[in-house]
Amino acid sequence: MSYSSLPEDVLEHVFSFVQSDKDRNVISLVCKSWYEIERWCRRRIFVGNCYAVSPRMAIRRFPEVRSVELKGKPHFADFNLVPEGWGGYVYPWIRAMAGGYPWLEELKLKRMVVTDESLELIAKSLKNFKVLVLSSCEGFSTHGLAAIAADCKNLKELDLWESDVEDPSGNWLSKFPDTCTSLVSLNIACLGSEVSFSALERLVVRCPNLRTLRLNRAVPLEKLAHLLRQAPQLVELGTGTYSADLRPDIFSNLAGAFSGCKELKSLSGFWDVVPAYLPAVYSVCSGLTTLNLSYATIQSPDLIKLVSQCPKLQCLWVLDYIEDSGLEALAATCKDLRELRVFPSEPFGDEPNVSLTEQGLVLVSEGCPKLESVLYFCRRMSNDALVTIAKNRPSMIRFRLCIIDPQTPDYLTLEPLDVGFGAIVQHCKDLRRLSLSGLLTDRVFEYIGTYAKKLEMLSVAFAGESDLGLHHVLSGCDSLRKLEIMDCPFGDKALLANAAKLETMRSLWMSSCSVSFEACKLLGQKMPRLNVEVIDESGPPDSRPELPVKKLYIYRTVTGRRIDMPGFVWNVGEDSALRLS
Amino acid sequence: MEKSGLNLKATELRLGLPGSESPERGSDKNGNAAVILSLKSFVGSGAKRVFCDATDADAKWVFSVSEAAAGRLFSPRGGGSSNNNNNNHGKVHVGAQVVGWPPIRSYRKNTMSSQSSKNDDDSEAKLGLGCLYVKVSMDGAPYLRKVDLKMYSSYIDLSSALEKMFSCFTIGQCSSHNVPSRDGLSESRLMDLLHGSEYVLTYEDKDGDWMLVGDVPWE
Repeated sequence: MSYSSLPEDVLEHVFSFVQSDKDRNVISLVCKSWYEIERWCRRRIFVGNCYAVSPRMAIRRFPEVRSVELKGKPHFADFNLVPEGWGGYVYPWIRAMAGGYPWLEELKLKRMVVTDESLELIAKSLKNFKVLVLSSCEGFSTHGLAAIAADCKNLKELDLWESDVEDPSGNWLSKFPDTCTSLVSLNIACLGSEVSFSALERLVVRCPNLRTLRLNRAVPLEKLAHLLRQAPQLVELGTGTYSADLRPDIFSNLAGAFSGCKELKSLSGFWDVVPAYLPAVYSVCSGLTTLNLSYATIQSPDLIKLVSQCPKLQCLWVLDYIEDSGLEALAATCKDLRELRVFPSEPFGDEPNVSLTEQGLVLVSEGCPKLESVLYFCRRMSNDALVTIAKNRPSMIRFRLCIIDPQTPDYLTLEPLDVGFGAIVQHCKDLRRLSLSGLLTDRVFEYIGTYAKKLEMLSVAFAGESDLGLHHVLSGCDSLRKLEIMDCPFGDKALLANAAKLETMRSLWMSSCSVSFEACKLLGQKMPRLNVEVIDESGPPDSRPELPVKKLYIYRTVTGRRIDMPGFVWNVGEDSALRLS
Repeated sequence: MEKSGLNLKATELRLGLPGSESPERGSDKNGNAAVILSLKSFVGSGAKRVFCDATDADAKWVFSVSEAAAGRLFSPRGGGSSNNNNNNHGKVHVGAQVVGWPPIRSYRKNTMSSQSSKNDDDSEAKLGLGCLYVKVSMDGAPYLRKVDLKMYSSYIDLSSALEKMFSCFTIGQCSSHNVPSRDGLSESRLMDLLHGSEYVLTYEDKDGDWMLVGDVPWE
């Protein structure tokens, strides 16, 4: 019996065990009938660039999807490099899905502009809607949230991860009907104004499956104990403000409430933290796997006390107040650590305000055998340290180093950090994501092109000397999907020589580099399946063709130029016609 | 421009406004000052090219100061003191003014700026990203508090907030609030008409003199 004679429903059943998009895509290429069967049973799609494909095309190809994930703006939009109004609107998708996916259950959006109108349309049209995740989104208010709360009868998850929400009325939470008992996850940490505590409490009480609750800053510490006692089953908790007048009754109430939460694995929040209240969480530390203290202004001694009680910690996000001494304690205690992110407490200061150096990271790389994901802001680095880290942790997958002053050399030798980063890519053969900083010449890019064969995302700033640098990366990195560059002397040659490569990638961002408008035009003409978008807020870029293009965003697409470009975005396409203003 | 050896003068970081020209400095076609950046001098590795040498002659790469309208600004910190240091030949100091660097999300910037800043024993007021925190101590209180002066719009606001903050320690006796204080001592006592309790707000100004709060307009 050959595979082709297996009945459809058997094949479909087999395919249902294949979840990964990549594998699904491979299945669909085997033969026409597999393509057909697969597309009817695909249940989730991920569109990494919402402009790569049109909603209509997606719905036509995959008619029975239940879960959609979309990303909008380029990553550098996080750092204010993308002007307001650039795009990333979700409404066209929601309008299409309201008709095309009436049984849609999940929508996850990142860096998109979401309007109240969009949210209201979801609430009205999608009867089985269960999961809404809005990560770093903007454009909506609590009015939209009220519609979701009121009309999504089966809502399980509402997650507003670090989104920018207009907060005119506080009472949207009360719009959850009394019949809503299905909530599993609620993250309102980013909301600025107060929510009605009694509405929150009632919601928590009637949702017995609630596992994740991330409160916003407005929820006072005195009330946290009360909530915890209503939801001792919580697995993930984000506190509200973690400060109160020092009173023994508040403390013991809080400590008692925490000790009742036997399932707690993840803690976050801790705004305005008063260190004296930290011991209230000690009882849960032994079970914690994730600790997000990245907004907690606690000093190293308190951090050490806390972290030393968390032997099962897998993921720690913390401010640089932890200092090298705290990282030493982390390395000694948390042998299960997979991910470490150290954020800067005073990134705009001239001088270091804490004693956090490359040593801390070296210690963690030595002490934590499972470390695979690092984001580290610091003020000095050495090639030696990077080489040591690379040799200690060849299993590193994500390595993002931000030395705060641009072009900082090796502080010991004053040399560029080429060799150090070279060691990272050479030893860490599975490296998927890399962010560079410090003083770097073209050599580091030669190393990256030669060794970083699994690298998917590269972020570069103030680095390199010539087009050769960019050429190394584009010609050498076989798995590259996203490349984002700011303030590097990369120009036309490398870009044009590697035009075909760009179609194998999701996107390329270049700002404050040396790419000419002429080259952009050429690229747009040569590559019809790329959108070459020039962003220039001061006027049409072809009016000053002698100046390099300020911001350039190139991405592959099957739908041609987008129709929602604002006045400061020019698509330099095959007809090389600029938009008429 | 000379390319041999370490050409410190040509690589010295200087900032000019668009349209201004510094002497001995090349400028691009539009007559804008070219701010030339150099890589830090490499000890023992010979002279490296500076950025602008390395690019095509047509597309001289400059830090975008010549297009100030585009909104990219930066200034060397320390008044250019980073130039000609032993270890800092023309190093670029691009601090808060460069858009996009350091790569910190706006959400994080906003959240951090609205929180209490770190307690630094030696500082009286810590300027966060838009706040003004000062230490407040009350005679006899076991610990100090910090207030963000930017949260209040008048002395009356501040005074009632402080009263609330320290109310758990006041047992009706005469005591003094000092704003701010290094050693927590106060001297004078005056009746406060508004609240009917005996306390006075004083502060130590930058000359080290104790001043009565209220003389200087709030702004």
